[in-house]
Amino acid sequence: MMYKSHVLICGGPECTKSGIAEINKQFERLLREKSLENEVKILKTDCFGLCEKGPIVVVYPEGTIYSEVTPDDIKQIVEEHLVNGRIVKELTLGGKEAKEALKGLEEVPFFKHQLRIALRNCGVINPESIDEYIAKDGYRALGKALTEMTPSEVIETMKKSGLRGRGGAGFPTGLKWEFASKAQSEQKYVCCNADEGDPGAFMDRSILEGDPHSLIEAMAIAGYAIGADQGYIYVRAEYPIAVSRLNIAIEQARNYGLLGKNIFGTDFNFDLELRLGAGAFVCGEETALMTSIEGKRGEPRPRPPFPANKGLWQKPTILNNVETYANVPVIILKGPEWFSSIGTEKSKGTKVFAVGGKINNTGLVEIPMGTTLHEVIYDIGGGIPNGKKFKAAQTGGPSGGCIPAKHINTPIDYDNLLSLGSMMGSGGLIVMDEDTCMVDIAKFFLEFTVDESCGKCPPCRIGTKRMYEILERITEGKGEDGDIEKLETLAKNISVSSLCGLGQTAPNPVLSTLRYFRDEYEAHIRDRRCPAGVCKALLRYVIEEDKCKGCGLCARNCPVNAITGELKKPYKIDSDICIKCGACMEVCKFGAVSKKA
Amino acid sequence: MGCKCENNCADQKVQELIEIIDKHKGKKGALIPVLHDAQNLYGYLPLQVQKIISERMNIPLAEIYGVVTFYTQFSLNQKGKYQIRVCLGTACYVKGSGKIYEELKKELKLSGDGTTEDGLFSLESCRCIGACGLAPVIMINDDVYGELVPADVPDIIKKYRDRK
Amino acid sequence: MKSLSELDIIRKRALNELNLHDKPDRIRIVVGMATCGIAAGAEPVMKAFVDELERRNIDNVHVTKTGCIGVCRLEPIADVINAKGEKITYVNLDEKKARRIVVEHLINGRPVSEYTAGKAES
Repeated sequence: MMYKSHVLICGGPECTKSGIAEINKQFERLLREKSLENEVKILKTDCFGLCEKGPIVVVYPEGTIYSEVTPDDIKQIVEEHLVNGRIVKELTLGGKEAKEALKGLEEVPFFKHQLRIALRNCGVINPESIDEYIAKDGYRALGKALTEMTPSEVIETMKKSGLRGRGGAGFPTGLKWEFASKAQSEQKYVCCNADEGDPGAFMDRSILEGDPHSLIEAMAIAGYAIGADQGYIYVRAEYPIAVSRLNIAIEQARNYGLLGKNIFGTDFNFDLELRLGAGAFVCGEETALMTSIEGKRGEPRPRPPFPANKGLWQKPTILNNVETYANVPVIILKGPEWFSSIGTEKSKGTKVFAVGGKINNTGLVEIPMGTTLHEVIYDIGGGIPNGKKFKAAQTGGPSGGCIPAKHINTPIDYDNLLSLGSMMGSGGLIVMDEDTCMVDIAKFFLEFTVDESCGKCPPCRIGTKRMYEILERITEGKGEDGDIEKLETLAKNISVSSLCGLGQTAPNPVLSTLRYFRDEYEAHIRDRRCPAGVCKALLRYVIEEDKCKGCGLCARNCPVNAITGELKKPYKIDSDICIKCGACMEVCKFGAVSKKA
Repeated sequence: MGCKCENNCADQKVQELIEIIDKHKGKKGALIPVLHDAQNLYGYLPLQVQKIISERMNIPLAEIYGVVTFYTQFSLNQKGKYQIRVCLGTACYVKGSGKIYEELKKELKLSGDGTTEDGLFSLESCRCIGACGLAPVIMINDDVYGELVPADVPDIIKKYRDRK
Repeated sequence: MKSLSELDIIRKRALNELNLHDKPDRIRIVVGMATCGIAAGAEPVMKAFVDELERRNIDNVHVTKTGCIGVCRLEPIADVINAKGEKITYVNLDEKKARRIVVEHLINGRPVSEYTAGKAES
């Protein structure tokens, strides 16, 4: 008998596992239905070697390869290909790969787990076009607030939504607005903290550069809610693109009458001014920021009085950060119930994280509160490069702490992070692998605070310096018994007696690494050993004799002539002379130089 | 104070400085915007410039000096023609920006932040320039160089040396 | 701005412009131009798109910029969007790739699958 077509079904072990029996049955049934059983022959074959794309079905005489075939596909293959002689392109190996390649960015794993509220327009609209923002429902929330809601209804909406400040401590936004609205004064101010200072966090820059109008709209809504007619955006001078796009956006909003007098035909007036920071981390603290806008040294003031009563120029003022504001228009439009349905019990909505460090997919991600660290690092972030082991994630910048591997399944929200000894902060999330020394990281953050302490109050100015000196000693192999206890005492005193948030949280990186990685501190102090192989003073560079080919390249590259030997015989490093620069290790072609802890 | 002669650059700059001051004068908290613009004009904020601002704005010189020295963006000293900023933010630090900084110091023969003798380069460590996805990152004037290894440094510096 | 209905008129006009409803042959190229995109070289890419389109006298394609989409490591990134709203995202672009996309995708109608996000992420 002559068959018109042959259907070859892969009987290799992988395809068998993924359900080839069902596919076989479907073919037999459908061919009988179409009375093709005498024209088409089904054959089970050996492995095609395309196991990754299995189950595989090949149809001859055309030689068409169908990949990742499911039982549901069979009907189409039988009816189209075997009856009508038309190859089902989208089910073929080539067709599926081409389709895969043409998938939009939104469909790749990095985006699938995200929910973009604050970043809704970033990377979507042209930030220099107010029309594109309006096309995406821009300024409708402002219109709705001004024409359909009273200021107290706006505040009530914000309170109900459960939105908390995205800049650090997570204070409820609606409550903050309510305090300021109740304060009695002729003049009030709305401020935006766009002085994104936490190293490793850049979501605010992204919003300023990608969606500046959402900030303007939200600040105007806030102005209406508390009764302010003037706003200030305090933005880092290090972000020139953000500054220029904000200026463009403010100008456009003025031209459309969305800033200025009698907005939306009401008697509400509001205008905005940009103020550039000048590189002082402490100006991220609310009272310091206001002092800086006033044109003075950006030093914090004692609270109370709180800014809601006496803020900028001693007038009632609210200050929120960029990401917080970016949520406001959406909450007004979609309602507080919608917003509070996202997230965990006490942390509503989403949070943007800047994921960086030792991770494959660095970038900005916006996730619902309650997503676990594991999902962020592995499902979105694609895991740790070079097959290394995850050691800890640092959140909250210099005010935060490290979350170790054993807590990787904790849902991320304000309260969980606090109870783990870290904090939400502005959303920097730095991933660290086994090559990161936790004492060194603690020292790194302390050096930052010492540098950025404004010097106004002694606990922060002197205390952080003392802590830094102890850490420096430990990493140099000069640690002493009792150092850990000294660090703990200092930490406690600094956090209770400092004037502002910068000092109060400065010891956190040390406390959290001590909590989870005390053994590393002890190894540095007692054994003079850096387990991660980072602290130079505690390392030794050695040449492994059996790997060394005696080429002499290391000796020629050593800046201090610490390496000696004869050609074609193993070389040696004199550790008394060696300055541990690592040049020999970098140049060795045979991997014969290694670090010994 | 006016411009005595058209070719006298120093005087012309003073004239521009005065225009800057007058432009901001009416604003609340105008000092920092004035200092920003003045630094753009001069490249730094020498005492002479601070004195002019002090007189014209009626703010004590001590207060102005206090503000200038408080913020890292303001500089009392002339900077190099090419300003190199090495990001030592967390993401860059974890990815080895410390080694890039060391390599730059070696290449420029500097012991830390500072300006080279020929005035061509000034080196500055800084905190996060917000390009964490490209870590480790340095900026030379407005150009960003990312995903660096120490071996890249000599070539980058050479490019600017050759340009002069 | 005097009322919500005035805003609505602008919104509808802008939406029409964005969705290219009445211009079925129109195409938009949107280039990511935030700090990280620019640092990775988005400016020459945008110039190359504009230049190549001009050189070939193509006037149904509009090149605009946008902010940061969040995947810094794939920058420079550009979306090609047609009037039906179908979008193809190209990543890790340079001038040469931009010019090839103009020729193959916009003129010959064949997307360059090797430069797409789906390809880079598969």
